[in-house]
Amino acid sequence: MLKINNLHASIEGKSILRGIDLEIKPGEIHAIMGPNGSGKSTLASVIAGKEEYEVTKGDIIFEGEDIGELAPDERAHKGVFLSFQYPVEIPGVSVTNFMKTAINETRKAKGLGDMPAKDMLKLIRDKSELLEIDRKFLSRSINEGFSGGEKKRNEIFQMAMLDPKLAILDETDSGLDIDALRIVANGVNKLKSNNNAVLVITHYQRLLDYIIPDFVHVLLNGRIVKSGGKELAHQLEEKGYDWLKEEVNA
Amino acid sequence: MSKYTEDDLREELKTKEYEYGFYTDIQSDTFPKGLNEDVIRALSAKKEEPKWMTDWRLEAFKAWQEMTEPEWANVRYKKPDFQDISYYSAPNKKPKYESLDEVDPELLETFSKLGISLDEQKKLAGVAMDVVVDSVSVATTFKETLAEKGIIFMSISEAIKKHPELVKKYLGTVVPQKDNFYAALNSAVFSDGSFCYIPKGVKCPMELSTYFRINQAGTGQFERTLVVAEKGSYVSYLEGCTAPSRDENQLHAAVVELIALDDAEIKYSTVQNWYPGNSEGKGGVYNFVTKRGLCEKNAKISWTQVETGSAITWKYPSCILKGDNSVGEFYSIAVTNNYQQADTGTKMIHLGKNTRSTIISKGISAGKSQNSYRGLVQISPRAENARNFSQCDSLLMGNECGAHTFPYIEAKNKTAIIEHEATTSKIGEDQIFYCNQRGIDTEKAIALIVNGFSKEVLNKLPMEFAVEAQKLLEISLEGSVG
Repeated sequence: MLKINNLHASIEGKSILRGIDLEIKPGEIHAIMGPNGSGKSTLASVIAGKEEYEVTKGDIIFEGEDIGELAPDERAHKGVFLSFQYPVEIPGVSVTNFMKTAINETRKAKGLGDMPAKDMLKLIRDKSELLEIDRKFLSRSINEGFSGGEKKRNEIFQMAMLDPKLAILDETDSGLDIDALRIVANGVNKLKSNNNAVLVITHYQRLLDYIIPDFVHVLLNGRIVKSGGKELAHQLEEKGYDWLKEEVNA
Repeated sequence: MSKYTEDDLREELKTKEYEYGFYTDIQSDTFPKGLNEDVIRALSAKKEEPKWMTDWRLEAFKAWQEMTEPEWANVRYKKPDFQDISYYSAPNKKPKYESLDEVDPELLETFSKLGISLDEQKKLAGVAMDVVVDSVSVATTFKETLAEKGIIFMSISEAIKKHPELVKKYLGTVVPQKDNFYAALNSAVFSDGSFCYIPKGVKCPMELSTYFRINQAGTGQFERTLVVAEKGSYVSYLEGCTAPSRDENQLHAAVVELIALDDAEIKYSTVQNWYPGNSEGKGGVYNFVTKRGLCEKNAKISWTQVETGSAITWKYPSCILKGDNSVGEFYSIAVTNNYQQADTGTKMIHLGKNTRSTIISKGISAGKSQNSYRGLVQISPRAENARNFSQCDSLLMGNECGAHTFPYIEAKNKTAIIEHEATTSKIGEDQIFYCNQRGIDTEKAIALIVNGFSKEVLNKLPMEFAVEAQKLLEISLEGSVG
């Protein structure tokens, strides 16, 4: 589904990603772990197409197509979804209106007409029930005055609505207490299927107790220095990242 | 016409195709350029006005000659040459299109973008339209339905002939002839406009709508609107404006007077979409408008405006809260893009006791434009317990535009409570990326953010107008992201 080859990226001339190779197949859950500043969030932004990052080398192949030159909205239309670490407020725009616009714009890009209001309402009802979201919440302005937990649940609600092929969860666990973490993780698990894939980006192992990865990759200084199964996450939890740094330097 | 139901209205709309295209090639009966007493006499004669009206105009003209153009507004422009304008232009026959093919395709495109294609016009049941083509009203629908309730809704020229006592009683009582430079000019040369009278205790059953348009190159348009709501009556009035592109500046100096007698309510909504000039700042309409309403006891006046057009906008819809317990409201969205300049706001003059006013102003600036809010809240010594709440928000797009706020407060009564809130924000790249990531392209993302920002005001507009206004905001900001 996603194949990243020798990806280099920089921001304002500063090199952040220095040769990433990563392949994600349908049905898989991958986790990227790493200390602060290792380039985790940059990788998420670069896959999603954030324009302030410059890809200096390598390519991003999604569903067999090089998406490196596509605008962020075009990538979204193809099924790339990013759950933001810091979701942005848009005053005066309700969650429902935002989702309606997002879904219809995606349909438009595929040559389809607007989703009939009846279907839209049903989709909203189904997904909010699935994720146990109070529908009153959906008429509030997007992310405005939301608690940390509400923001992340709202991200997962959007993921459910848009039904992406690849969902990248950027530090979804940050700022969540254990209950909120469980709710969000349950949501992701409910949405998981053999046709989609999830890339979890996290600093801590605890989210991975709920969203069980098939593969764990450790990112250090813009490179994946170690890959393994879910046991690697436990190893990191116990020993931290320093032993890996030494291993890399040796 | 004993039982006139909505179904009949719809039927009438179906059969009555909107005959008057937006671009007309009708031969106009146009005066030569220039302004002097003779021109005013000729204009008045052409309109078959009574002597009192002619004298009223001449009085205004004399006052105007003594006045100078105001310069305090935060706008820069080349002053119009008032001798280079023709002061009368009337269609001398009614245009009739056999099909849409005869209408300028560019205009049709704009109208379809706005969702007011001719087909849709037919569907706008419940809206009576008094269409002003180049200064003279040529069509008034539903007049008879309104007449059953005693409501008068007609062109002001017609009203001067048919209801001189009403016009004479109220004209110039809220905006006197000598009020300001542009109001004086308008009083001298106003060509046409609308007159609306709601009798005592009558709730007007439909939104009254006027579509003003400017259609002749080099023709200034001087509209005069007078709305009188008798005791305990209610009316919602819609004013919408569109204009074809013009290469030279066009002057527009309108005057609107509202009179809400005891317990009456007037809602006045405007969507203004005149040609703003091109992206280099060439052309565009100069819009210098005086709008003011007078509230008697327990009366209420609401001004709601969506201003997206014109090269220069100078406009302060105001309320004189004369009667005790009267209420004034001002809800405004002003969008400026490219080289547009807007200096707009309101005046709330609290004279009576327990008078209340609310001001919500949303300014959106893009391109190299300048957008100013200018407002005055004045509490007179007699106005016990007056209250005002003002909120002025500005949204900036890009780094070359400007937003300015000039709030003036004069409180001469200690019991007054005046609140003022102001915010300035910028559309952030993070907001745009967030929308992009959800599949919403940048143009659409901006429209979404702008609509969210403007929501409190858009919600005040009648439904069909709100939809149109929302689309207008999108069109006005098209291409404003670099």
